[in-house]
Amino acid sequence: MIYRQTGLFVTSYAKDMRMFPIPQDRWGIAFVLFVAYVIIPVFASEYWISTIFTVVLIYSLAAIGLNLLTGYCGQLSLGQAGFMAVGAYAAFNFAVRLPGLPVVVNFLLGGVCAALVGLLFGLPSLRIKGFYLAVATLAAQFTIEWVIVSFNWFAAGNMMGAIDTPRMVILGWHVESVTDKYLLTLSVVVVLAFAAKNLVRGEIGRSWMAIRDLDVAAEMIGIRLFPQKLLAFMVSAFYAGVAGALLAFCYLGSLEITSFELLVSFRILGMIIVGGLGTITGSFLGAAFIILLPILISNVAAQFASTQVTQFTANAEVMLFGALIIGFLILEPLGLARLWRSLKDKLRLWPFPY
Amino acid sequence: MNAENNGRGAEPLLQVENISLSFGGLKALDSVSLEVRKGEVLGIIGPNGAGKTSMLNVINGVYHPQEGRILFEGKDRTTMRPHEVAASGVARTFQNVGLFKAMTTLDNLLAGRNLFMKKNILLQAIYFGPAQREEIRQREKVEEIIDFLEIQNLRRLPVGALPYGLQKRVELGRALAQEPKLLLLDEPMAGMNMEEKQDMCRFIIDTNEQLGTTIALIEHDMAVVMDICDRIIVLDHGAKIAEGSPDEVRNNPEVIRAYLGDE
Repeated sequence: MIYRQTGLFVTSYAKDMRMFPIPQDRWGIAFVLFVAYVIIPVFASEYWISTIFTVVLIYSLAAIGLNLLTGYCGQLSLGQAGFMAVGAYAAFNFAVRLPGLPVVVNFLLGGVCAALVGLLFGLPSLRIKGFYLAVATLAAQFTIEWVIVSFNWFAAGNMMGAIDTPRMVILGWHVESVTDKYLLTLSVVVVLAFAAKNLVRGEIGRSWMAIRDLDVAAEMIGIRLFPQKLLAFMVSAFYAGVAGALLAFCYLGSLEITSFELLVSFRILGMIIVGGLGTITGSFLGAAFIILLPILISNVAAQFASTQVTQFTANAEVMLFGALIIGFLILEPLGLARLWRSLKDKLRLWPFPY
Repeated sequence: MNAENNGRGAEPLLQVENISLSFGGLKALDSVSLEVRKGEVLGIIGPNGAGKTSMLNVINGVYHPQEGRILFEGKDRTTMRPHEVAASGVARTFQNVGLFKAMTTLDNLLAGRNLFMKKNILLQAIYFGPAQREEIRQREKVEEIIDFLEIQNLRRLPVGALPYGLQKRVELGRALAQEPKLLLLDEPMAGMNMEEKQDMCRFIIDTNEQLGTTIALIEHDMAVVMDICDRIIVLDHGAKIAEGSPDEVRNNPEVIRAYLGDE
């Protein structure tokens, strides 16, 4: 009743092919954007904005990137954090060596560098598939970490350890406060998320999904497999690169290779699996789930446990986190995005039984 | 069918000359020659393991034959890759449905039009101007096919959830979306009930007569083959053993031996 597809009489293909053909979806997105742009900056505390909302947004962006490659094009990758590192260090170098560029341009250049590295590490996909490709992308993760640590040039001559990122200026707007950084992150993520949505509903997205579903048939209807796979690697790495730059500039405020270790790659993979492979919404839901759940668990634990956090409770939190993910995947293997869809399907009939 | 219209049986569209294909020691095709003539419906039949699907795979460029050559519209294309074959105007359906299962019917058909679309990633990311107009233009073409195959109600359904007969129909639609000059059908009736077979026959005949598409099909249902094919080629153990009109093939002693064995 509330959420309905019936009664919509589209009169042109352009209207039928809109991103959100159902009016309630359009209202929903507008509401989410309103909350993100107005309600959160005004009412949320600095702690929430910086350590939760900004972080979730940044990881969502990285998850969208991986989802384009793994969820849409079917190429498993474990190098996403490596590409984030490339983007972060590249953006840092552009900022230090070419001062005066708007910081958003730095982010984009960081993304482009990551895309080029992604192109390089996408080359094995010509020959290998599935788990074997995942192992090959593991090489990307280790190689990138090693190169950045070994050559001082990437850190602009700084000694090892954390390097402070330069101040951010966009056309006279000094991005300094937590809220400013949040709004900058939000804007970049919103623009790139809509771009990703457009990509996957258009010709390129269909080619990727065709390759994922049945590569033999995809080739026989005229899709060139190798260039399309490489494109997916590049776009995925671009998103990772921008996410990495945002993480360094807008959240950490410093640059350290440990922020981009292998564990981060696994977390992003976990986000898209929990969120839902092959969905853009799922990338956001998955990132929020994986980041918020541990915080929620420790807060709840703090309510019940005595004041000091012992070794045992800390470990129990991690175990509970793991158990919840496993339980969740058993209950809904297709991820949070699927749950969201089922809910919308229910709403279509509610309050009538059928 | 009536052999007069469409200039049937005139010049050859596809010529396969002395093709040999072997996998290791196994000879799948042994010096087979055949031609598909413009406008006809050609049936390729034969017992299991006769090399029928291998023949289609060679034409499609999945396998490259060790000997012989293939001419399409008079041009040699023996060593073409599958996507190049598709671009030259050959479409194909599969024995076990080769659809993209997680995608909707609409997306499957639109994917079939990929050769007609320009891929500009920046324009597509903002879905603006030429990119949007192109999507809409292709959608109009796809809608014609949807009407032709009477699958309007399946537009938004993921094809993996459709019954088998309808999947076969959508797959034919995807092949038609490529606007092929030559359509290769690998067992289009496999696993169908009588009603579905009749529908499929109707669509194949309509494709041939209304759209003028040349068709080569592999099929095991003899009644269907004898009914809709202009000419039939019989393969057995990788070699061609007979060729001719349905009546000639039906009465050919070699064919009877291949199917039924010696007395």
